[in-house]
Amino acid sequence: MPISSADLVARLKKGDLRAASRLMSRAESNDDETLSSLGAIYRAAGRAHIVGLTGVPGSGKSTLVSKLVETIRKDGRRVGVIAIDPSSPFSGGAILGDRIRMTNLVMDEGVFIRSMATRGSTGGLARSALTAVDILDTVGFDVIIIETVGVGQDEVEIAKASHSTLVVSAPGLGDDVQAIKAGILEIADIHVVSKCDRSDSNRTITDLKIMLAMGVNIAIKDRGGKPLWQVPVVGTSSETGEGIDTLIATLDRHRDVHRTTELGEERLRNIAEYRTFKTAEDLLRSQFYKSTNKRIQDVVEQIARRELDPFTASNDLLKKIAF
Amino acid sequence: MSLPIRVLLAKVGLDGHDRGVKVVARTLRDAGMDVIYTGLHRTPEEVVNAAVQEDVDILGVSLLSGAHMTICPKIMRLLKDKDAEDTIVVVGGVVPDEDVIPLRDMGVKELLLQDTTPKEIVARLEKLVQERGPR
Amino acid sequence: MSTLNKMDPTQLAKQLELWEDTEVSAFLNKQPEREDEFYTLGGFPVKRTYTALDTKDIPIDDIGLPGQYPFTRGPYPTMYRSRYWTMRQIAGFGTGEDTNNRFKYLISQGQTGLSTDFDMPTLMGYDSDHPMSDGEVGREGVAIDTLADMEALFDEIDLENISVSMTINPTAWILLAMYIALAKRRGNDLNKLSGTVQADILKEYVAQKEYIYPISPSVRIVRDCITYCAENMKRYNPINISGYHISEAGSSPLHEIAFTMANATTYVEEVVKTGMDVDLFAPRLAFFFVCQADFFEEIAKFRAARRVWAKIMKNQFGAKKAESMRLRFHCQTAAASLTKPQYKVNIMRTTVQALAAVLGGAQSLHTNGMDEAFAIPTEEAMKIALRTQQVIADETNVANVIDPLGGSYFLENLTTQYETKIFEILEEVKEKGGTIKLIEEGWFQKHIADFAYETALKKQDGQKPVIGVNKYVEEDEKADIKTHPHDPTTADRQISRLQNVRATRDNDQIESLLNKLLEVAKDETKNIMPITIELVDAGATMGDIVEKLRTIWGTYRENPVF
Ligand SMILES: Nc1nc2c(ncn2[C@@H]2O[C@H](COP(=O)(O)OP(=O)(O)OP(=O)(O)O)[C@@H](O)[C@H]2O)c(=O)[nH]1
Ligand SMILES: [Mg+2]
Repeated sequence: MPISSADLVARLKKGDLRAASRLMSRAESNDDETLSSLGAIYRAAGRAHIVGLTGVPGSGKSTLVSKLVETIRKDGRRVGVIAIDPSSPFSGGAILGDRIRMTNLVMDEGVFIRSMATRGSTGGLARSALTAVDILDTVGFDVIIIETVGVGQDEVEIAKASHSTLVVSAPGLGDDVQAIKAGILEIADIHVVSKCDRSDSNRTITDLKIMLAMGVNIAIKDRGGKPLWQVPVVGTSSETGEGIDTLIATLDRHRDVHRTTELGEERLRNIAEYRTFKTAEDLLRSQFYKSTNKRIQDVVEQIARRELDPFTASNDLLKKIAF
Repeated sequence: MSLPIRVLLAKVGLDGHDRGVKVVARTLRDAGMDVIYTGLHRTPEEVVNAAVQEDVDILGVSLLSGAHMTICPKIMRLLKDKDAEDTIVVVGGVVPDEDVIPLRDMGVKELLLQDTTPKEIVARLEKLVQERGPR
Repeated sequence: MSTLNKMDPTQLAKQLELWEDTEVSAFLNKQPEREDEFYTLGGFPVKRTYTALDTKDIPIDDIGLPGQYPFTRGPYPTMYRSRYWTMRQIAGFGTGEDTNNRFKYLISQGQTGLSTDFDMPTLMGYDSDHPMSDGEVGREGVAIDTLADMEALFDEIDLENISVSMTINPTAWILLAMYIALAKRRGNDLNKLSGTVQADILKEYVAQKEYIYPISPSVRIVRDCITYCAENMKRYNPINISGYHISEAGSSPLHEIAFTMANATTYVEEVVKTGMDVDLFAPRLAFFFVCQADFFEEIAKFRAARRVWAKIMKNQFGAKKAESMRLRFHCQTAAASLTKPQYKVNIMRTTVQALAAVLGGAQSLHTNGMDEAFAIPTEEAMKIALRTQQVIADETNVANVIDPLGGSYFLENLTTQYETKIFEILEEVKEKGGTIKLIEEGWFQKHIADFAYETALKKQDGQKPVIGVNKYVEEDEKADIKTHPHDPTTADRQISRLQNVRATRDNDQIESLLNKLLEVAKDETKNIMPITIELVDAGATMGDIVEKLRTIWGTYRENPVF
């Protein structure tokens, strides 16, 4: 007889990491008993600094996370990492390889790494990743970093649900400003240019700065017009360690600005709103699938024969959802 | 919604022969599983820590160096120490026949050797998870 | 009627067409062929038969004569008519003493060269008492930590009179240093030593994955081995540029050769950059290929490899000496083709592969033991493998004519197809930014992984028959096999000698030499060999040296591709 999720939550609140990892799996599998425990976890959470980190594939995100965490650990803060990679659109399976770059962290008891797959467009990622954040927060991690690939909408949303969002660009991945192409320029609170040990990194920094100066992302001001946050560009190298301390200091400063000004309240409200919509969407979707599962065949046949249309059918089906 | 089976594939020890583990990773992904790959030259401690944090259904250890009788007992003991005994451990690679029974006795659930076909691997892993039941 | 050398293409084409329309189609009506299309293992389409039409466009000079540019037919003008290939069975397990005994046994059985396999800790640069070495000491090869082990390994073996091959890569330069230090202690003339270290680090990143440092310092070490040997060891091959492991990692035979050539040209470029004349070192570059199951394809592969290398050295690097252009290779039958079920069938597989290697003109050959799908081979298995070569050499007469398949329509055609495709791939590598960049991006690795995956699927559905595995399977087979036993005292014996060396050496001297090593390592213009020789002579362990350099070079971590 498996242990109940409620018991796991009790253990979680006492700092039990094994309970944390099991709860993450259960939450992801959407089983009812666990879903009913998630509220308690959310309410217990709220202490951690949540950092979203995104960028195009191969921009050095995982390597940067590993360096960042190693350095943050030096002042004793405990760090959780959620590393998200895309699923195969064909099979729904995934090969998750971010851990390879974080091998130096594996033996550190103050670090917890969890790999997750995006599961395509079913919206499953956002919820389970955010639940995982709640779990890590509740179990006592001070900083939680979510690494996502900046390619799809879903992945970018994750970064939006964080307190501070880092967008990583790297030299040598093509001439354009990658963040623009990927549609993630605007979401950055801090821009990072990785691989600064490479000679071509200066160009990437300059290009990015020009883009920012062109007004894509100007200073964020308070109601009185006083500038609160100017999006900076920080160059780092995971090879030499250059810029890592600056990046951490910048992150901490961003956190402090948010904690002490109206910016933070607004951010928290946005996150809360996002999470509510996301949760509702998820619930709706899963209930929709659950309760239409058997009926759908018939309906589909009728729609295919054009005896029925998808609009009327969906309306009907939605009305019949059992909660 | 049933979740994909989560598998952690690890190359433990010093040998770097990854042809087999890569074919398996791809096979499992194409069968819809989530595969966490931890890379080459890992220690038993590193692999078990990862498996526990990832809460995988299956821990697949690939070894061609002949050191399985040293490495596997360590892995089984560490899993126990970390309250993760319900992790299904399978071993892949080159294992001489006389080591099969000792490995099974220490709790290794399945041996996937050179000639096990992709389909068979998927079938056996799915069966193991099903037999274990919910957790 | 025209004779063979005066054939009229138009007439022949007509004849061929007529044949298809009459004889062939009549037969096909009665019974279709086994397959609609036939392919080599490497995926080259194969026609029903080949005629002079398939060779008419091949320049006659490309085929040439044995020992003549472009060496398609063999690197030497007399080949096996003067001396058979070197029969070189690899051996290595336990401590230096254990392997030394096996060496002496093989020599007594008629083996003509030595070849050494090292255990994983030695290959990866860990001392035997390092935690990473636990369970692996002396298991898959012989354990070497210090010069004292090397002394035991070659006890009573005259290094000036037998060629010794050492299969080792990231730590090759340390083993080579030990070999040199040992020879110096014995008063040998370095210029009389023959043999080789594998030292092909690039294929490690691509295929076998035995690496320690990042690519750039690793390639520099290889460069240093090559230049050191060119200046001090006239008969020694400082590198064996290897396709074998690329193939074992799953690649097609075409990629085996093409990727090996990409690696080889990278090394040549590195050495040329130091200002050394290409003809000074190129004659000592040696190659190592697998011989797989597709008989004619493998022979064509070897012939094409020789032709491609000759053209590269002449046209791309401006080599002047014939020795710089002629490719010499060691060959091993394919371990990946061995099966556990009905394991004795492995003897036949190995025999056919060995025959292809000989017909393909190999300079030295290792035939696998029938039990290698279980463990490292027993003495008995090694003996049969060696006898296989001796039968081919002494009983079949195949060694009496050089390149007996030369001129075969099919083989010449396939050889030329191989050549064309290899050059196409090399061109692609260049366009995409060069070998090292593509290694970092996993380009080679992806090709290998793809072919490996396809092979696994083809075995699964029977498209690639493997006797005993997916065809003619014996359900209730019990393997009656005695495998090579691992001696449980190995690690203790090894570690006690290691610790003894550490206790008796001058540690201050080691420390100061290690610091000097760092200085040399930091200065790319210096050669790392002399200081390493000094270090091992003073009793430094392999781990001492490897770890010291890790402090400045770090550890390579790959981006795996699937
Ligand atoms: N020169 C240099 N290379 C780096 C640096 N950081 C990462 N790299 C290399 O960039 C490649 C990609 O690094 P990852 O950390 O895996 O990048 P990623 O963005 O997490 O990649 P995905 O998860 O696949 O999207 C690797 O080959 C790293 O070695 C750096 O600071 N300097
Ligand atoms: Mg990553």
